[in-house]
Amino acid sequence: MITFDGVTKRYADGTVAVDDLHLEAPTGEITVFVGPSGCGKTTSLRMINRMIDATHGTISLDGVDVRTIDPPTLRRGIGYVIQQAGLFPHRTIVDNIATVPHLLGWSRKKARAHALELLDRVGLAPELAGRYPFQLSGGQQQRVGVARALAADPPVLLMDEPFSAVDPVVRTSLQDELLRLQAELNKTIVFVTHDIDEAIKLGDRVAVLRVGGRLAQVAAPAALLSAPADEFVAEFLGRDRGIRRLSFVSDASLRLRPDLTVPASSPVSEAAGRAASAQSPWLAVVDAGDRPLGWVNPAELPRDGTLEGVRLLPYGTFVHGRDSLRTALDAALLSPSGCAIAVAEDGGAVVGVATRESLDEALALAASDVGNGDPANG
Amino acid sequence: MGAGEEERVNWLIEFFGDPANWSGPDGIPLRLLEHLLFSVAALALAALVAIPLGLWIGHTGRGSLFIVVAANLARALPTLGLVVLIVMLLGTASVWPVLIPLVALAVPAILVNTFEGIRGVDPELRDAAYGMGLSGRQVLGRVLVPVALPLILLGLRLAAIQIVATAAVAAYTGLGGLGRYIIDGLAIRDYPTVLGGSVLIVLFALAAQFLFVMAERVAVSPGVSRRVKVR
Repeated sequence: MITFDGVTKRYADGTVAVDDLHLEAPTGEITVFVGPSGCGKTTSLRMINRMIDATHGTISLDGVDVRTIDPPTLRRGIGYVIQQAGLFPHRTIVDNIATVPHLLGWSRKKARAHALELLDRVGLAPELAGRYPFQLSGGQQQRVGVARALAADPPVLLMDEPFSAVDPVVRTSLQDELLRLQAELNKTIVFVTHDIDEAIKLGDRVAVLRVGGRLAQVAAPAALLSAPADEFVAEFLGRDRGIRRLSFVSDASLRLRPDLTVPASSPVSEAAGRAASAQSPWLAVVDAGDRPLGWVNPAELPRDGTLEGVRLLPYGTFVHGRDSLRTALDAALLSPSGCAIAVAEDGGAVVGVATRESLDEALALAASDVGNGDPANG
Repeated sequence: MGAGEEERVNWLIEFFGDPANWSGPDGIPLRLLEHLLFSVAALALAALVAIPLGLWIGHTGRGSLFIVVAANLARALPTLGLVVLIVMLLGTASVWPVLIPLVALAVPAILVNTFEGIRGVDPELRDAAYGMGLSGRQVLGRVLVPVALPLILLGLRLAAIQIVATAAVAAYTGLGGLGRYIIDGLAIRDYPTVLGGSVLIVLFALAAQFLFVMAERVAVSPGVSRRVKVR
């Protein structure tokens, strides 16, 4: 755990970058520092590995004041990833990754072998090992930056706007990759960004800082969205807070109807009968493996033949037990039926259908949670 | 080809064709060796002073004013005047009257380029290096110097060429070197010798240049020079 206890950074010219910060970054979690420029988020991060020393207060790592450890020793035990990756241009990729192991005196062979392992772990091809940084794309360089930070297996990782210089598509894949890695590695990560969406996506806890280096609020993303502490936080979170909060509400409350599917091989007349007995104009057509094909409204079809030749209408799906209410709602809005199809995580077979009525109930339930203690409130 | 050019070609044949010019204390091999020794000694001394100073100032940022002064001094320094002055002061008994001006000439080029090379390294890179846990000395030696190497070598190359060319002045003091051919030749209006001497100095300078280009190829990482085949 990283603890900030009354930490202040005041520069010689009187500027206060960080003002009396009290904060904890729990072990094994991602804590995101987010805020506008000039809020002291990067300064706060850099005080952890003593790239900057605090003026007042203490920062401790598992109870040890960082000021009692000399900076190079401290830093070798903390992974550090910065915006432009900061790879050493004169060294090959494998040697870049092996930087800290070399410093720690590992044998050359062991350091290289481990570096190759990490290259694979961050999703890069082994052919890249012998290349130089200028031969890699920005996204690849950033992955190498992460691999380098992980090389000596430090328990703590500091990431200073690591994904802000790459294009949005690459950024999304790097974010997903980080979450995947974190699920395996359980590092204590402090992540700095100015992008609130990134903060909400990655953070287990999000600390919002305001200009002048004061902590405005620290909370889990869902709690932040449903109960911003003040005007500043609400404004910084931006539009669509309610909708975005649905990303953190599970689909468990969503009642699914198992009786609204029909195999594609069925005659239209049978489908019409089934629709009538289910009291729903819409049925989801499935293939032999129960995977969704599209929606039909049997009442509008000619009464002969099977569903095989019929034009099916578009549908949206969400993965049952994994996706959020937001994804389910989105899936419903992608179909003229207004219903979302729940599918199983393996195989993609239809589990059931979330109708407008069940979506409505789930949304009402989610809304009732706001204000009276989010489960994720922290 | 005009009559004048033809005559000059004949001068060159005369100078380089004369077996007497290839042996003895006044022969080409010995003069070449003298020139080489002056140049190497001057470059080595200059590098010994300028490189550590440039690295230190570039790395710590302290004493940057000194660099500005050095750079301006380099432009203002009258080499010939300095040689004459030092010869007057010290006499011609030692090599110092020649070496001191040559070193003074070479120091600013090496110093300024070394400094600029180190200062010019991307601050993000420096930051990353410290953040990885490299000590100040390791940051300098393992990151800044390899990345700044092209500029450091450029400084050495510029200095070397200036030294080789200016070492001809050494002849003025009665010491050896290829400059002797020009000085002595002019004194007795022996133009084949003057021309031959000049050609040797030019070739010598070109050889020095070539040597540095080769050194750069070998010493600078392909990741820095970006001279690498994409596999």
